Amino acid sequence: MSTQGIEQPHVQQPPGRKLPGSRRKPTDASPLAPYIFMAPYLVLFLIFIVIPGVFGIWISLHNWDYLLPGKPWVGLENYTNLFSSNSTTGGPFWNSMEATGKFTLYSVPLLVVIPLLVALILNQKIRGIQFFRAMYFAPYVLGVAVIGILWRYLLDPNIGLVNYYLGAKIPWITALPWAWVSLVGVTVWWTLGFNTVIYLAGLQDIDPALYDAAKVDGANSWQQFLNVTLPGLRPILLFVVTVTILASANVFGQPYIITQGAPGDETTVAIMYIAETGLRQFNMGAASAMSYVLALALILVSIVNFVVFRNRGD
Amino acid sequence: MAQTTASTQEKPARRDPAQLAKLFLRYAVLILLTVVFIAPLLWMLSTSLKPLPQTTQFPPSWIPQEFSVQGYSTILTTSSQTPVPRWFVNSLVAATAHAALVLVTASMAAYALARMNFRGKNILFAGIIATLFVPQFVFLMPNYLIVDYFGWLDTLLAVIVPGAAGAFGVFFLRQFFLSLPKELEEAALIDGANRYQIFFRIILPLSRAPLATLAVLSFLVNWNDFLWPVYVLFSPQNLTLPPGLSILNESYNVKYNVIMAGGVIASIPVLLLYLFAQRYIIEGVSRSGLKG
Repeated sequence: MSTQGIEQPHVQQPPGRKLPGSRRKPTDASPLAPYIFMAPYLVLFLIFIVIPGVFGIWISLHNWDYLLPGKPWVGLENYTNLFSSNSTTGGPFWNSMEATGKFTLYSVPLLVVIPLLVALILNQKIRGIQFFRAMYFAPYVLGVAVIGILWRYLLDPNIGLVNYYLGAKIPWITALPWAWVSLVGVTVWWTLGFNTVIYLAGLQDIDPALYDAAKVDGANSWQQFLNVTLPGLRPILLFVVTVTILASANVFGQPYIITQGAPGDETTVAIMYIAETGLRQFNMGAASAMSYVLALALILVSIVNFVVFRNRGD
Repeated sequence: MAQTTASTQEKPARRDPAQLAKLFLRYAVLILLTVVFIAPLLWMLSTSLKPLPQTTQFPPSWIPQEFSVQGYSTILTTSSQTPVPRWFVNSLVAATAHAALVLVTASMAAYALARMNFRGKNILFAGIIATLFVPQFVFLMPNYLIVDYFGWLDTLLAVIVPGAAGAFGVFFLRQFFLSLPKELEEAALIDGANRYQIFFRIILPLSRAPLATLAVLSFLVNWNDFLWPVYVLFSPQNLTLPPGLSILNESYNVKYNVIMAGGVIASIPVLLLYLFAQRYIIEGVSRSGLKG
């Protein structure tokens, strides 16, 4: 194959591409190579992304009980059930969507603003910045299971450290609004480092000359922040907001371990309800339909988010 | 905050009192934040080394008054319901195999997408990238059935393989391969090397840093994965650590030295990895942000 590449440099080139004097593209050396290189990944991609993407819709159109032999076609019933008031799945599903919505609404602003403040503090020429950055990021490398069991202990109303140091008897896990305060607080503590690192990279990309120019114009620190830092961070802000919304909407582990959906089913978030419906009660058709409704909601939110940022960007 | 923006531009200043006060304040904030992020982790470690009665004692002692390995010995002595050592090995095998699978498949595909021309390449690439924006949970039901079809339910294969289909690795490595100078490969081609030789002898050795980043990130993600293993693994001896910890938490209810010992055991490998590969992890994360 190696000699082939040298001996027939122009033969395999499509006529339209053959510009005079242009060099033969190295890829033409072995025509099968691209497919061989792509094959292993494509097999995975097909089996675990493309096929399930289509198969999931198919499942959602059936009364698909994993444990039963018959899986009758029900058309859009799994979807219409979600929107009809007298079905068994509709109510709890929208409750869980509301729970996910609340969690997202409470946690996203905090996770957009606080990491920016931390990044601004870190983005200074003083000693030990690498160390501090590493410390703030540390909780993020731990999994949600570790975070969950740790905070369940810390938030215990009787023996937890949080109430001890506050000198309070707050029912962090079992009552409102504390359950939300706990879940949002833990999530901010856990994932703040991720957004901070992204902001820091963005801050370091802003041209220092812009600050110098602003200073020459007599801008104070706050004006510099408004007129240089924020505009320079706009693409990063869009990224952080989008990623944080998506991550928040995917919330599962924190309520699964810390509050277990309580009080009542107040913190039973959408993915918890979908997974329990589909993979514990094996009502997979309904669960699939729900997952597509949630996905659609997320797509809509992402579009709104994108448009908002774009309009501000002129 | 506003002051900090300005000060980034200043040269290290002489020590007049105002400057010193500012510097002091900054460090005070930075150290306070460090305590906020690290103290809970130290508490986990401290509790894991206490005898049971001390775990619920007030005032709390950050350093155990009396050290005890009771928590660790409880979970290390094989219990049929919560075999923590077994979970540890399962997690290690799964995360390692997953990272290896990602590296092999993503690097090959990324190279083809970065450097070769073939029919349908652009559409294929667009299709792969588009899936980055599809939320994972829509694959939950169908992939459960597909994994079941392969007979992989309740086996480690269920947590090793499907996740490797994610597009991040391909996207990440393709970006890097595109940044490599083409001249190297062209020279090698003229010297008679074929695509495979170029890939293995030129491209991969030049890509150690991004490959390490991808390996470390893939390992971390797999080690920490919770939702999927909770549902596809059931037998106590087949679990990985995250679903295992959730069961440990329930079965040892308020025996917090035991539960925290489990947490410490699940944290040590990733914290070690973080200690030694911090640069790769943080740079991998910040570079993913710059793409936005």
